[in-house]
Amino acid sequence: MYMDQSALIPHLFRTEFGRITSVLARRFGIAHIAVAEDIAGETFLAAMETWPYKGIPDNPTGWLYTVAANKAKNYLARDNNFQKKIAPDLKRGEATSHGHDIDLSSGNIKDSQLRMLFAVCHPAIPQEAQIGMALRVLCGLGIEEIAHALLSNKETINKRLHRAKEKLREEGIAIDLPPVAEIEERLDTVLTTLYLLFNEGYYSETHDEMIREELCREAIRLATLLTDNAQTDVPAVNALLALMCFHASRFAARRDSEGEMVLYADQDERLWDRQLIARGVEYMNKASQGDRLTRYHVEAGIAYWHTIKEDRPEKWENILQLYNVLLQLQYSPIAALNRTYALAKARNKQDAIAEAEKLQLVNNPYYYTLLGELYTGIDNGKAKDNLTRALALAATHTDRHTIERKLSALDQ
Amino acid sequence: MKEYLLLYRMDVSAVPDRSEEQAAQTLQLWMDWIGGIAAKGQLVSRGSRLEATGKVVRPGNVVTNGPFTDIKEVLGGYSLIKANNYDEAVQLTTGCPVFAMGGSVEVREQAVMQ
Repeated sequence: MYMDQSALIPHLFRTEFGRITSVLARRFGIAHIAVAEDIAGETFLAAMETWPYKGIPDNPTGWLYTVAANKAKNYLARDNNFQKKIAPDLKRGEATSHGHDIDLSSGNIKDSQLRMLFAVCHPAIPQEAQIGMALRVLCGLGIEEIAHALLSNKETINKRLHRAKEKLREEGIAIDLPPVAEIEERLDTVLTTLYLLFNEGYYSETHDEMIREELCREAIRLATLLTDNAQTDVPAVNALLALMCFHASRFAARRDSEGEMVLYADQDERLWDRQLIARGVEYMNKASQGDRLTRYHVEAGIAYWHTIKEDRPEKWENILQLYNVLLQLQYSPIAALNRTYALAKARNKQDAIAEAEKLQLVNNPYYYTLLGELYTGIDNGKAKDNLTRALALAATHTDRHTIERKLSALDQ
Repeated sequence: MKEYLLLYRMDVSAVPDRSEEQAAQTLQLWMDWIGGIAAKGQLVSRGSRLEATGKVVRPGNVVTNGPFTDIKEVLGGYSLIKANNYDEAVQLTTGCPVFAMGGSVEVREQAVMQ
């Protein structure tokens, strides 16, 4: 595909920055992760300075790798020199014994990114910093982009990443796969981070659809690093990927021409990405081969039934039962509310109202939105009361907009 | 919150043999009911259904077969929930499918380990 120069460098930056950084950081050691980032950054700077005059090289990626490898070798030689002069008692020639070879083959790139994923998702680092590190080091997002995506500011993100890097150095965390006995536990942390990264994109309040989709795509890409390796290609990973594919299939249908959110029930299913749904089904089949039922399995099941638009009775009965299981695995208010909605669809509104009123989530706008929805057509006065309460509690533009539409529908 | 063990007791002899479809329906009733407790965030563990048969071991390695014909209601299963007090725990048993089978729920507060 032809791409002009102004688009090519940002595109390459997005795909190659993380690859170069991971390979170099793995070669230098976790303490030098910032050096790896700097060299990757300088490599792109060199491209921006050179390409406009000399033209785009035939193999731009190869050009970047060569430049990055040379810069890395220079760094290692300087560092080696420094080590010898300053600390002659230290193990002599350690760096030379490894040689200065920088392996930017596709195999080593994948391997390094997978190991880096485990390193940045180390339980010693707070969850939100894990997400930031993954976006920076593995996805090549700039600090400003991360701040924008996570609805934060540059200073906060900078501090967060700085502390995370310090922590990685202090704890001497290796850029490596955990020992076999620990893989399952460590994988849980990695999956939680990827799940949150995906949700950050999927449910983010930012109206920038580009950045939302980008986060979701990156979460899917990082999860496929796990399925590409036999040791980490376990059912829970496949279940998470299935879940992500099913949700991501609705991206195009979620926004109307004015950029407003289109609720599930109002979406044009012709806009759903059938290819992604099919991919999700494949992952789900692979996920069903274990004996451990994770929340990702259950959520993937729920998401699967949502890829069928038609309201068949078994659809909502299955969703209800899956929510029953999900809540037993892990309670969350949103799952409790969704379960009650499924109860209304699978059985009837009266039963669902009785169950909903037991929840008493009195500070939660979605609680009143649900009650408003359930009372609609049964007791419109109560429906209005509940929606009015929901409107007072709603924190986001999208939520207020949704509730206002429901309220005005009641008046008609 | 304190934790309470729910012990479901029923007269198994009074429960008719069920078809597969009826068994599925019963399971659905239980799942809906327990899902309701979970939706309130008050389920600690779903626990388990227990088979009707069992063994009783007495001192001197005396083993007899259960169930225990002298007791009408046998333990059919258990769950663990959390609640602020007995009243609330008892309230949560509302709608338990065991009642429709003529059974009962025994609610027992867990002693806190000192």
